[in-house]
Amino acid sequence: MCTVCGCGIGPDRAASAEAGGAAEPATTTADAHRHPHTHGHGHDHAHSHAHDHEHDHHHPHGHAHGHVHPHHPAAGETLDYSQAPVGLAEVKGGAGRLIRLERDLLEANSRLAAANRQAFKRRNIFALNLVSSPGSGKTTLLVKTILDLRGQRPLAVIEGDQQTSMDAERIRATGVRALQINTGAMCHLDARMIGDAYQRLSPAEDSLLFIENVGNLVCPAGFDLGEAHKVVLLSVTEGEEKPLKYPAMFYSADLLLLTKVDLLAHVAFDVERCLTYARQVNPGIDAIAVSATRGDGLAEWYQWLERRHAWFALRTIPATLPGV
Amino acid sequence: MHELSLCESLLGVLSSEAQARHFRRVKAVRLELGAFSCVAPDALDFCFTVVTRGTLAENARLDVVRLTGQAWCLNCGETVCIAERYAPCPQCGTYELQISGGDEMRVTELEVE
Repeated sequence: MCTVCGCGIGPDRAASAEAGGAAEPATTTADAHRHPHTHGHGHDHAHSHAHDHEHDHHHPHGHAHGHVHPHHPAAGETLDYSQAPVGLAEVKGGAGRLIRLERDLLEANSRLAAANRQAFKRRNIFALNLVSSPGSGKTTLLVKTILDLRGQRPLAVIEGDQQTSMDAERIRATGVRALQINTGAMCHLDARMIGDAYQRLSPAEDSLLFIENVGNLVCPAGFDLGEAHKVVLLSVTEGEEKPLKYPAMFYSADLLLLTKVDLLAHVAFDVERCLTYARQVNPGIDAIAVSATRGDGLAEWYQWLERRHAWFALRTIPATLPGV
Repeated sequence: MHELSLCESLLGVLSSEAQARHFRRVKAVRLELGAFSCVAPDALDFCFTVVTRGTLAENARLDVVRLTGQAWCLNCGETVCIAERYAPCPQCGTYELQISGGDEMRVTELEVE
């Protein structure tokens, strides 16, 4: 059970009595939505600018209390984030005051993701963030893809799992370089892990870089890694209503790969219904039905990679993410 | 999802604000969370307690304001409120929606000393 993402923390925890927002009437909530803009100009705007700037300069500071100090093993290509001390030194004193501000909780990750995106772009490295629930066939599809595409273009793989380097070993067996990230307690990869991994892996120019995220249909949706696209895999053994159950993930992806379609004869899975649900959440999502074992849809998948990489090569990337 | 990571990010925000604005202790934090932010307030509260132990925000109160989901309806040509990502436009019933609000996860107010 994931102790990090909160999925395992049941409803037995009492809600914070002070956290009254959830119980506020709809009108209050709607007002709250506009709140930052109404007071944002007089007071907060100046502050947040001054501050964002400073944060950049204090980058090393973030690392000082940064929770994750990857343990670099001497030989194997694994980054280990399971040892993760947390905390700041205690400070005391002063008189009470109220500060208004507007800072995104994920701003640190977004900044690092933007840096990754720039780094990828400079060397025309087309990075894809593969997300799905565990067991949907990410690694199998990757192995098949590598076997079919190696020799045509440079390939590299970053594997994310809570523990073990089994997936990276499966990839390495194909002869392609793979770096394993062990996230430890973390239920997702983040932009800093990918920045570290990218430096160690140092893929060739024009590479296709596959990032296999931790098997989890919730958390990875929220963390930009700097990838060109998120690709969500859904196997036909899982049930066609997944896009509605985990809308954030299907909303954030640009391509849905429906995997294991060779099993369609044996399972009650309605492909059309699944695609309808996916487009209900994300009208613009592309979809390809594939089978890594039988070969269905693979040509279409490779064509998608080819076209999107060509488009990526032409496109310019903004220096910073909007709003970061 | 990932409430522990978010609380660690939050602590990073608090600590950089403490340097920039010269305060030593955080007594309360107001967070705005959009309807689609996939954050469970209970889990967030629990993780906040754990992460802030022994820090400038120990025992600080976490106030969560939920923001409604908003989308631009291509069919109606206006912004509408929706409760879920997969919800249809409440006016025309189509799914031609571009989400424009509801992903927020931001700190908007601190009570400090």
